[in-house]
Amino acid sequence: MAKVIKLRKGLDINLKGKATKEIASVKCPGEYALVPDDFTGVKPKVVVKEGDAVKAGDALFVDKLHPEVKFVSPVSGTVSMVERGDRRKLLSIRVKADEKQEARQFDTKGDVKSLMLESGLFAFLRQRPYDVVANPEDKPKAIFVSAFNSMPLSQDFEYVLQGQEAEFQAGLSALAKLAKVYLGVSAKQTAKALTEAKDCEVNVFDGPAPAGNVGVQINHVSPVNKGEVVWTLGAEEVIFLGRLLKNGTVDFTRTIALAGSEVKAPKYYKVMVGQKLTSLLEGTINAESARIINGNVMTGLKTSAEGWLGAHATEVNVIPEGDHADEMLGWIMPRFNTFSTHRSYFSWLFGKKKEYVIDARIKGGERHMIMSGEYDKVFPMDIYAGYLIKAIIAGDIDRQEALGIYEVAPEDFAIAEFVDSSKLELQRIVREGLDILRKENA
Amino acid sequence: MNPIKKLFDNIHPYVEEGGKFHAFRSLVDGFETFAFVPNTTGRVGSVNIHDAIDSKRIMSLVVIALLPALLFGMFNVGYQNAAACGMLEEATFWGMFWYGFLAVLPKIIVSYVVGLGIEFVVAQWKNEEIQEGFLVSGILIPMIVPVTCPLWMLAIAVAFSVILAKEIFGGTGMNIFNPALITRAFLFFSYPSCMTGDATVWVAQDTILGLGYKATDAYTAATPLGEAAQAGFAGFTPETIQDAITGLIPGCIGETSVIAIALGGLLLLWTGVASWKTMLSVFVGGAATGYLMQALGLTQIQWYEQLVLGGFAFGAVFMATDPVTSCRTECGKYVFGLLVGFIAVLVRVLNPGYPEGMMLAILLMNLFASLIDYCFVQSNINKRAKRAIVK
Repeated sequence: MAKVIKLRKGLDINLKGKATKEIASVKCPGEYALVPDDFTGVKPKVVVKEGDAVKAGDALFVDKLHPEVKFVSPVSGTVSMVERGDRRKLLSIRVKADEKQEARQFDTKGDVKSLMLESGLFAFLRQRPYDVVANPEDKPKAIFVSAFNSMPLSQDFEYVLQGQEAEFQAGLSALAKLAKVYLGVSAKQTAKALTEAKDCEVNVFDGPAPAGNVGVQINHVSPVNKGEVVWTLGAEEVIFLGRLLKNGTVDFTRTIALAGSEVKAPKYYKVMVGQKLTSLLEGTINAESARIINGNVMTGLKTSAEGWLGAHATEVNVIPEGDHADEMLGWIMPRFNTFSTHRSYFSWLFGKKKEYVIDARIKGGERHMIMSGEYDKVFPMDIYAGYLIKAIIAGDIDRQEALGIYEVAPEDFAIAEFVDSSKLELQRIVREGLDILRKENA
Repeated sequence: MNPIKKLFDNIHPYVEEGGKFHAFRSLVDGFETFAFVPNTTGRVGSVNIHDAIDSKRIMSLVVIALLPALLFGMFNVGYQNAAACGMLEEATFWGMFWYGFLAVLPKIIVSYVVGLGIEFVVAQWKNEEIQEGFLVSGILIPMIVPVTCPLWMLAIAVAFSVILAKEIFGGTGMNIFNPALITRAFLFFSYPSCMTGDATVWVAQDTILGLGYKATDAYTAATPLGEAAQAGFAGFTPETIQDAITGLIPGCIGETSVIAIALGGLLLLWTGVASWKTMLSVFVGGAATGYLMQALGLTQIQWYEQLVLGGFAFGAVFMATDPVTSCRTECGKYVFGLLVGFIAVLVRVLNPGYPEGMMLAILLMNLFASLIDYCFVQSNINKRAKRAIVK
């Protein structure tokens, strides 16, 4: 029987607009794009030219420092644009899809690592420390996969998994050839493909968000020490690997949740990595003053309908922007429909069943850290979150190391950032801290 | 559109960079953020939704929690005045309350005008938003001074503490010492005759706008703790302790009534603004030390009397629990609280010069709070370092 790890710290936020269990398909649009920024920590080097014909699985760009890490086209077609921004920063590479899709055939007999590198699947692996794309030269002590996401409005992986169990298991078995694999499962999940998965150690996590964060799971199972490396892979990306092994071709089709209070009928959609969001959002959302989030409401990036589905996004959330709310005297009004963990509001009266619509306002001014212990209440790791944040702000690298920065990723601070009464941008602070640290240690 | 919103929108061009009244940007900004929840939304790369709690709401809540003690304090000022003049039979409840109100209001106004004035100037100078911390300090300060404290002294003390105890450290959240207590300490060391002792400081002795009574002779009233410090003291009567719980004793304006303080304390605990760990351990530390001192025969004050007299309860509920200047680690809060209680009673019993010890105890522990935290954080660091070596 798998070990059950009970987590008490955290917060489940009950948002309106959860996806119903129903899968819709959308019309395949003409253009797809790969956005290098989705792969944190990579210096992209473009290996195609505008007008080149590519198959699904052909590299569009590679990492300058590790050219063997390839980032491949999800579809076959013609490279229509290499989009660059300020200082020639590569923004995206767009591919106009062919009518008839062709995919490059890979030899699945050989070494798993070189197969993953060649087929672009290695690019989905992330590493702790630094929460960046994994380095193929490292020897990881373990690979962690979290089979659930505990954030609000997130994809229910157990539902997505239905019908793909064999691919999932094949992916896990392949990963096990690289390093020991740990699978984190939620206490609510019962699917045999998860609880009785083979070639990996299954740990059950029982607790509120962010229990589904792979970082939290690592901290409780096998914390990262200085000098150690752990790789992580999204659960749906394990299925990508399984498909590749089965068919010999890449297939980056995801079943994402289109959810949020501004979505007319929240449900699941079968889409492809890099697909234009317009195809998903046209007519399905109340577009006026809505915030479209590429990814989860807690961790994803604000984008527009013109954006592209992020490489790691398992959901697209749409919430009200709220920038014309003009709410009066917020410091004293009761604000019954407002969600807060704080007892000076009344959401504690209405229980956990009530669903809230929360807009994107910060709802306060940024201050120095005033209240103590706010982060610790929702930060289920053996780390002094407030002190770590202060060390990052102060730029004290030795202290960051001592306080455990190698174990965290920005997403682990998402709930803490939500509850913070001083409104500090914790995820941004952690991201910048990790980037500086990586540069220093390079 | 909301007319008030419109008004602010019309003012904006004048106070922005290059506007005619740019010097008032922080002021307008301060009022606008109080009138309306800011409409700014999260940036790309930060969390997309936020809890509705902010520091304005928290600070306002503490001010609300202070109101019972403040209102009772106003009444008690009138009550003590009537008692000093022997007019208790004649005096009415509202007469006494309005007298106290008129005696205390100028202090509140002076404290806020001076303190917030400095805050506005600093916010303007640093091009930041106004920090709300002084909303609480500004109401705390009049509550921890004697009613006879002259306004000019108060103004100097407030300016001293806001500038030297808070702003030079970087403002609310960065200060080491509780600004309200620094104000009191400043007054205490600079003008001791107006702040302590068995002199005439605790009771208002003159009429205000025709209200209240004028004492014929200079009336001297000592606080119960002052009495206890005098030679020949043989223990309090139950009546004194009863008065100390209801609050009808001479003392600083807001500190006398344990019941009124408890009401505010419950609100702070219920909302989680104050840490129950700190609050509880201050009382435990004080009681234990009081018991010890009594057992050693050093004092005639019963251990439970220590907790209801003087500024102990007020300090434990509103001062020691200040999240900025007390410990930030959860375990540290216990140590911090216990030591505050311990030192407060220790100073009371062993220091012959001054009968009260709460202010000095909290200020001293403010200084040591980071050291206590350091020990607990360091143990986490050591654990991590050890883990790395074992592997």
